[in-house]
This record gives sequence, structure tokens and C-alpha cells, in this order.
Amino acid sequence: MEWKEEGEERPLSQRPEWSDVTPVPQDDGPNPVVPIAYKDDFTETMDYFRAVYFADERSLRSLHVTAEAIHMNAGNYTVTLSNLDFDFAENLFLENEAIGRIASRVEAVVWHFRRLILEALNADLHEELNFIKKVANGNPKNYQIWHHRRWVAEKLGSDATSKELDFTKKILSLDAKNYHAWSHRQWVLQELGGWEDELDYCKQLLEDDIFNNSAWNQRYFVITKSPFLGGLEAMRESEVNYTVGAIIAKPENESPWRYLRGLYKDDAQSWVNDPQVSSVCLTVLSAKRNTVFALSTLLDLLCHGFQPSQDFINAVDALKTPDLDQSDSNLATAVCSVLGHMDPMRVNYWAWRKNKLPAQTA
Amino acid sequence: MDSSETQSPTVTQREQWMVESQVFQMYELLSSVPRNAQSVLLELQRDKHIEFLTNGLRQLGPSFCVLDANRPWLCYWILHSIALLGDSVDDELENNTIDFLSRCQDPNGGYGGGPGQMPHLATTYAAINALITLGGHRSLSSINRGKVYTFLRRMKDPSGAFRMHDAGEMDVRACYTAISVASVLTILDDELVKGVGNFILSCQTYEGGISGEPGSEAHGGYTFCGLATMVLIGEVNRLDLTSLIDWVVFRQGVEGGFQGRTNKLVDGCYSFWQGGVFALIQKLHSIIEEQLRLLDAGGSAIDSPQLASISCHSGKRGLHDTSGSAKFSNIGFNFLKEPAEMEPLFHSIALQQYIILCSQLQEGGFRDKPGKHRDYYHTCYCLSGLSVAQYSYSKDADSPPLPRAVFGPYSNLLEPIHPLYNVILDLYHEAHEFFSTS
Repeated sequence: MEWKEEGEERPLSQRPEWSDVTPVPQDDGPNPVVPIAYKDDFTETMDYFRAVYFADERSLRSLHVTAEAIHMNAGNYTVTLSNLDFDFAENLFLENEAIGRIASRVEAVVWHFRRLILEALNADLHEELNFIKKVANGNPKNYQIWHHRRWVAEKLGSDATSKELDFTKKILSLDAKNYHAWSHRQWVLQELGGWEDELDYCKQLLEDDIFNNSAWNQRYFVITKSPFLGGLEAMRESEVNYTVGAIIAKPENESPWRYLRGLYKDDAQSWVNDPQVSSVCLTVLSAKRNTVFALSTLLDLLCHGFQPSQDFINAVDALKTPDLDQSDSNLATAVCSVLGHMDPMRVNYWAWRKNKLPAQTA
Repeated sequence: MDSSETQSPTVTQREQWMVESQVFQMYELLSSVPRNAQSVLLELQRDKHIEFLTNGLRQLGPSFCVLDANRPWLCYWILHSIALLGDSVDDELENNTIDFLSRCQDPNGGYGGGPGQMPHLATTYAAINALITLGGHRSLSSINRGKVYTFLRRMKDPSGAFRMHDAGEMDVRACYTAISVASVLTILDDELVKGVGNFILSCQTYEGGISGEPGSEAHGGYTFCGLATMVLIGEVNRLDLTSLIDWVVFRQGVEGGFQGRTNKLVDGCYSFWQGGVFALIQKLHSIIEEQLRLLDAGGSAIDSPQLASISCHSGKRGLHDTSGSAKFSNIGFNFLKEPAEMEPLFHSIALQQYIILCSQLQEGGFRDKPGKHRDYYHTCYCLSGLSVAQYSYSKDADSPPLPRAVFGPYSNLLEPIHPLYNVILDLYHEAHEFFSTS
């Protein structure tokens, strides 16, 4: 179902199949603010949309006009722009995650009505997936499109599983952190299945970019929720090994440090007692490069009762600069001092942490 | 250890280095130009911003049709920005805006993206905040509170969360827009609140921040929405605040501005979404202390009867009136009375520096980062974040900030906001007075 038939360039008002319809103009009132100077064909399309919407006509031609409205509103629409327009337009048409997040680019009602028509016509929803794919190509950060996709996939059920996983994979190959794509992918896995290859997929993405926090987040999702893997505790040992490897490779990478902590969510004692956790801190501290996260992790361990060996005390000592108080009463205080100096953006945070140290911290 | 140096940089690293070099170029520019040029760069270009903003309210070009569904947002972004700058719009523009927003109001409640459009939670939030920002009797009385309540009840999902619109998406953003609106209109009750806390809790991730939906990545926008909502419903003690704080402090990068997620790029709008989190945190110190104390004692920081009693230390006090809205109606108001007993945990001056030197455009408006174009959304949230940063050392709302809390000349000082709703403080008080007595 092409959104625009071959050669069909005539405006709606000139097409015979629309001759019985009276278009309904938008009622902006006499003095609208933020008035939008619409192009004529956009105005016309929306006027005809309103006509069939208010008449609740769920027909093929209605479906057609929703497709036209979607394409125009979704930005596949070329206009000649003044300088001021272009300033804003580039922001809209190009990737702007923040704007896409708050301002849906298409009227919700157009999509909503399209769904009602699809149901009434008992339309082929696999075709609909193709339609969405074309629209999504130019607009990978548009809420309405993803929501519509989710609705269609839900109706198709497990028939749609591999298509949906392929679709999100394609979007993620262009932008490996697209929030909508990841949410959709998680929804597909939970509702429709397809978990078998997901851990491998995460591994591959992390090989491409070990700093991709979305991939780490997905990894966490898989190991905690996949019915094939046995849950967090069962996976913990192998995941700790994997994560420690990632940390050693790039100690400045925040993602694996948080992931490591996450592997022990709700079980702080096991985290404190796992020799691999304290050991990776020591390794990084001893190398004296990119030590902020190692120090921060050590601080957290100490706050949870970790008893440091002399090695740790020596390693932190070696990081102190001459101006620091060399006689800090305990290791945790010393770590806070070092961090306050080494990580000046967070100087207030480290001062607060020092102030709030539990009484019996080593 | 150094074998890692021979690997080629990843996409994340490359993009980060590019942004860093652009940003540091701008900071170096500042130190290399003569004094009088320096002071221009440090100054908030008020007149230019007002011009950019007022033009937006009067007329938008054809490319704006893609925001056709969101004109209430444009109203809010623009009006709030003008108000932050201490200015206001003329009577004609004000009346036209009130009339326009009234046309966006659905007969069955809530506001759509434009006249005759389906009501939507986000546009409802934007319209109501815009009307509060205009202030005055005509503006505030144009809001049909009873119908808004009906709309919110309709958007409520059995799970506890809210849908953005009929059969729409459910996420933390929807929860915030619904609860914020209900709170500020003093129509928040048990029916609207039930289950919201559970949903938001399920969205706090292993990283400490909050995601849009359970399982998704921790994100600045949703973290603000989630935290603010939990405060408004009196359940903020249920969040793991220490790990939330630990996540959010690391969102401030070498550039001075904030990123939305771990290992992503700085963006001016997060000046508010992440910066606002700190403004809220500062007033939650007694709950945080208690959570730390419980951790120290070896217990779980979260499920504590002592915490529940401290939690909503404002609105839940004196609960002799068990009727729906009285329980929640003063939380937003009483929140302001909490003194900010902690120093801000973020670097306020560094954030202000990023906003003024990197996000601000000399010709008016604000942008995400150098190389991006200005827009009203970023103008609104950069200014909101700037205000939050300027007031971050103020113990209470009544005392003006000391000069050293303000980056650049003291004339850069903006109006203070209410950090739960992101409307100007004085205008919030006016609205609260109006809705509490009507």
C-alpha cells in the first residue's frame, strides 16, 4: 500500500474519489498565537483528514489520507526555508533526541485514527510494518512511530518477532544508543520472545564499542530476565569475569564499573566479599592511571565494611599529592581527599561523602 | 595495560573528543580575547533572547508544521523563558495565548496539541504551566479543573502508571506530567496516586538513575520526572537516593554541562533535567541522612518504618482530613519551606559557564551544544538550569544569591523557579493561592 500512488500528484480537492467530501478547516480562532504558516498542501491534507475523522469514516481513502498526513508531518517534506526557519528546521529534521522526546512530531490523533481504520478494514499488518519502516527511516526518534509499531507488533503476535528484532537491529546499526529502539526491543523480547541470541548481540555491540552504555544496560536486562539463562545469581560469576576484563582494558570507562556494582544489587555483602571486586580496584589503583572509578568503588566498599589490606593503603598513599593531609585518620577519609583533588568537578560531592562516612569505616 | 592504546577509538570516544575540543576551544577563546570582549561573552544577552522568544510567539514559519501537534509546548517554552528573564508579554499577546490555549482544551478534559486535537498528558502539562506562567485571574480561571481530573483518571492505567493519551504509551514522563498537573491544581488524590510509586520504583536501574520504562537505560529526563513525582506523592523515601545521587553526580562532564546518560554527549537541556535533580536532592537531606544511617546500621536503606514517617514530612502531617486531595495538596507548597541544608553536590559555576559560553548564542536563543542550532526547547531548559544553578547556594527562596554564586556579572541573575514544577516561584504562589481557595 504505497502512500502515494504512482503519478498521483493532484491535490485532494481535484481527485474524483474525494469529490463528495467537504474539507473541514482548523479552528484556530481569530487571534492564534504560535500560528504556523502552513504550506497549502499540508493545510489541504489536514482539512480532508478532519472531514473523515469527524465523520468517523474508516475506509481505504481515510487510510490514504492518514498516510499523507503522516508523511507531511513526519518531515519527508521539502520546503524552501528562510534563515529563521532553517535554524529551527534543521534541529527538527535532524537528530534531536531531546525534542523528539517531548514533542511528538505527528498528531497523536492521526495515528490513533489510522489504527481504528486498520482494525475496521482488517488490514494486512505486515504491510503496515513496511509502511512504518519507511516513515521511521527519516524519524528514528519519534514517539508516535514507535508506539504505532508496538501496537501492530502486539496484534501480529509472535509472527512479528523476527521482523521486530531485525528492525530494531537495523536502527541500532545506525545509532547504537537509540532509546526508542532499545525500549521497543526489550518490549519485543518480553512479550514475543526471541531471547536466544540476545546475549551474543550485546557481546557483539560491546566489541564494537565497549563504552556503549545502552549495550551494557541491555546485557543487564538479558542476564536478569532471559528464561534461558537462570537469573542474576546464576550468571554472576561469568559476568563478573567479563566485566573485570572490560574494566582492565579501559579503566576510565564508567559503564562496566556500574555494571559490576549492579551484579550485586540487593546483596552488598557478597559484593564486599568478592575478591575479584576489590582486586580489580587494586590493580587499577596500582597502575596509577584513570583511577577515579577505582577510588570511588573502593570508597563504597569501605562504607560497606570492607577491611583493606596494607596493599590498598599503600596504593592510595601513592596517589596522594604533597599538599594533601598525609595523616588522614583512615583510608576512607584519605580516599575522599584524593578524589576531591583528582576529580574537581565533584569536589562538593567528595566533601559530602567524607562528611557522611559511617563511624566504623576503615 | 597499554595495549589498549593501540586499539582505534570507538564511536563513543571519537564523538566525545570532538565535542570536548569544540567546547575547550570556546573556553580558550574567552581567555584569549581582550577584557571588554570577555565581558560581552560572559553576559546573558537578555534583549536578544527576548526578541527571539517574542518572535516565536507571534509567528512561526512553515517548517514548524512538524510541531503542529505541540503548540502548547511552544507557548510554555517561550513564556517560561521570558519569565525567567524577568520580563513579560503585552496584554494582547497574553489574551491571545489564553484564548488559543482554551481552544486546545478538550470538552471532556485535558489539552491537545492544537485546537480540536486529542487531549494528551504532555500538552496538558505544557498548557497548564503556560497559563500559570501568564498568571492572573483570566488565565487561571480558564482551566477547567474538574474536567482535567476526569481526563487524568481516564489516563490512569490499572498498573498504576499513566498513559500519555487514549491507548497511548505509558512511561515515567506520563506519570510526572499527570501528577505535576494534579498537584499544582490541588486535585491530587489517592485514586490518582495509587500504584505510581511502585511503577517508578521499578524504573530505578542498577546504575542508580531512573529509566522511562522498567528495564530501559537510566536517563536524565526520566530521572527528574521520577524523582519529582515521588516527592509529590510522598513516597520519595522508597527510592535508593544514595545510588541515585552517585549516578547523577557523574553525569556532569569535563565540559561543565550535563549528559543525559552514561557515556553520552553533553547537552544544554540537561542543565535542567539533571541540574533540577540536585535542587530537589538538597531539600531531601533528612531522608538521605536516614537512608545512610540505616545502611550504616547494616539494614536495608529502603523499607524502614522510620523513613516512612519522615518521608513526606510536609503534606502528610496532620492527616485528620482523610479526604482525597487534602493529603497531597500541600506537598508542593511545603517542599519550598525545607531549608537547603546541604551544599549543592554538583559544580554550579562550571554548569553556568557551559550554559553561558557554549549554549548561549549571541544573536539570541540557546542550543544543545556548539554546532547545533538554537530552538525554544533548549532556550527554556538552558535558562531553567541556569536559574537552578544560580540559586543552588541559597538556603531559602527568599534570600537572593551572593554574587559569587552567579557566573558572569550579577545582572545575569534570573528569576527563581519551583523545582518540582519548573514554573517561576512567584507565579507558582499566585496559582497555589488561586487553586487552594477556589
